[in-house]
Amino acid sequence: MSSTLNVPPQFEIVDRPLDSQMTISMGPQHPSTHGVLRLELVLDGETVVKATPDIGYLHTGMEKLFEYKKYQQGIVITDRMDYLNPLGNNLAYVMAVEKLLELEIPERAQTIRVLTCELQRIASHLVWLGTHALDIGAMTVFFYCFREREKILNLIEAASGGRLTPSYFRIGGLMMDLPAGFEPRVKQFLDGFLEAVDEFHTLLTGNRIFQKRTQGVGVISAEDAIDWGLSGPCLRGSGVNLDIRRANPYTGYEKYDFEVPTEADGDVWARYIVRMREMKESHKIVVQALGRLKPGPVKADAPKVVLPDREAMKRHMDALIHHFLIVAEGFDVPAGEVYMPIEASKGELGVYVKSDGGPKPSRVHFRGPSFVNLSALPQMAEGAMIADIVAIIGSLDIVLGEIDR
Amino acid sequence: MTNGADNEQALPGQTSPTSSQNSTPSLLVTKLQRSHPEWITEIRVAHGEVTAIVPREHIQAACSDLKTSAESRFDFLADLCGVDRGQEEEPRFEVNYHLFSTTKHHRIRLKVLLAEDDLHVPTVTNVWRTANWHERETFDFFGIVFDGHPDLRRILLPDDWQGYALRKDFPLRGYEPYSLK
Repeated sequence: MSSTLNVPPQFEIVDRPLDSQMTISMGPQHPSTHGVLRLELVLDGETVVKATPDIGYLHTGMEKLFEYKKYQQGIVITDRMDYLNPLGNNLAYVMAVEKLLELEIPERAQTIRVLTCELQRIASHLVWLGTHALDIGAMTVFFYCFREREKILNLIEAASGGRLTPSYFRIGGLMMDLPAGFEPRVKQFLDGFLEAVDEFHTLLTGNRIFQKRTQGVGVISAEDAIDWGLSGPCLRGSGVNLDIRRANPYTGYEKYDFEVPTEADGDVWARYIVRMREMKESHKIVVQALGRLKPGPVKADAPKVVLPDREAMKRHMDALIHHFLIVAEGFDVPAGEVYMPIEASKGELGVYVKSDGGPKPSRVHFRGPSFVNLSALPQMAEGAMIADIVAIIGSLDIVLGEIDR
Repeated sequence: MTNGADNEQALPGQTSPTSSQNSTPSLLVTKLQRSHPEWITEIRVAHGEVTAIVPREHIQAACSDLKTSAESRFDFLADLCGVDRGQEEEPRFEVNYHLFSTTKHHRIRLKVLLAEDDLHVPTVTNVWRTANWHERETFDFFGIVFDGHPDLRRILLPDDWQGYALRKDFPLRGYEPYSLK
């Protein structure tokens, strides 16, 4: 009689002492993956041999949806992509359509766009800072960041009525002018904000644990960063001086005086320092924008595209007709295609809009900065410790709503 | 975007002294067309953006030339996306490459047109590694196959998804009752 057991091949015990590698799945419910990101990690002990991101858990078919909605209805979809920077998404989309329509936007509307977008950038960076520090183990920062962010959300709410989904910009201008008393409230926020940034620095920058967790971790060189298409603070953290607000200015950014912070090291720490400095630069831009606010119209002079004021609608027949036509049938956008890049809080947000001439776009595509920045994660994660992966994901500042769209 | 007015003035044969000193994208593309007439079949300038139509067999060569040549330096692939122009259109599909230069800050768009019965285009992942996910996304939504891509899998939709969701003939709400196998 044979002593060997009749074991099916899948249950055979294979003893391979040299094969110490192990594949584990990190996410999609892991709290530090900032949403529903799944990483397939091949580990050798605690060292990452290979990291493969798996995305799409939050895919909602937004680009398909755009093709079934009128141009003005698309604005509310953009809010839900990068939900930490909705005004930036609004801006990129409406500017793409405005480019197709060749609309002139009034000065005041442009200034308000800059002002609110920079406030939004600060708010987005505050969420990044709070969650990034929380991931690494510094809990206190989170509360301080959200205290400041709350003030910005209150301002955005005062202007637009929405906190997370403002949809404040319209094709041809703004939904409405700023409310009375808005400027003093912004001033009040600005007066305390620089002190708050110093507070964040006290909590983190000198902290030796934070330094050890971030310095020399997740390094990516400038050439690699460009090759991988990194943009925004991630690219500037690798020493590349590139900011779309400077390179291809839009909404009048060329008139503002601000610096583009860069750090040469290309590690998590460099990206941290870049964003910290960027908040102060955004503060500077908001101060300048406040100084530039002059009374004037906030909607372009294009009655067939821009909804008329409520008052005009009650007095003028043509305004009422235009209102009805825009709402019921939309407006035709001449055939053509544009690519509109802006510097969102996370990097280059590009919107590709193609029109066939009707009231609905034929194709809308978003180049989300988070999507591209995340694709470089395997490069940064290789050879890192498993705990460093958390720090690297935090430093990329990804939002899965934008990656999965 | 570079200044739109500059581009229009800088069209072949009518370079005006007011156009900027640097080579504008339309000049660069015109130059490239002169040296390699087979690479670019058409140049369009609209809304201050330059679009060059490239036959698919030359897309890799055109991309690496634009990336490396000292004048253009398009070292950054900003975006790559597919478009379905509609079932009745011929050719039906297009792939758009949005190129950007991190040093010269200019942009162009390359466009490859593809007929529905032969949806193959060479990959540009060997020119820019960032093309990897963009091409996977385009494959996922349009079924355009990028030949030579190292890892051409679906990226946003599940692996067993049926059909290509961003094609015009794909219903908005998917196939009933379920689009998975």
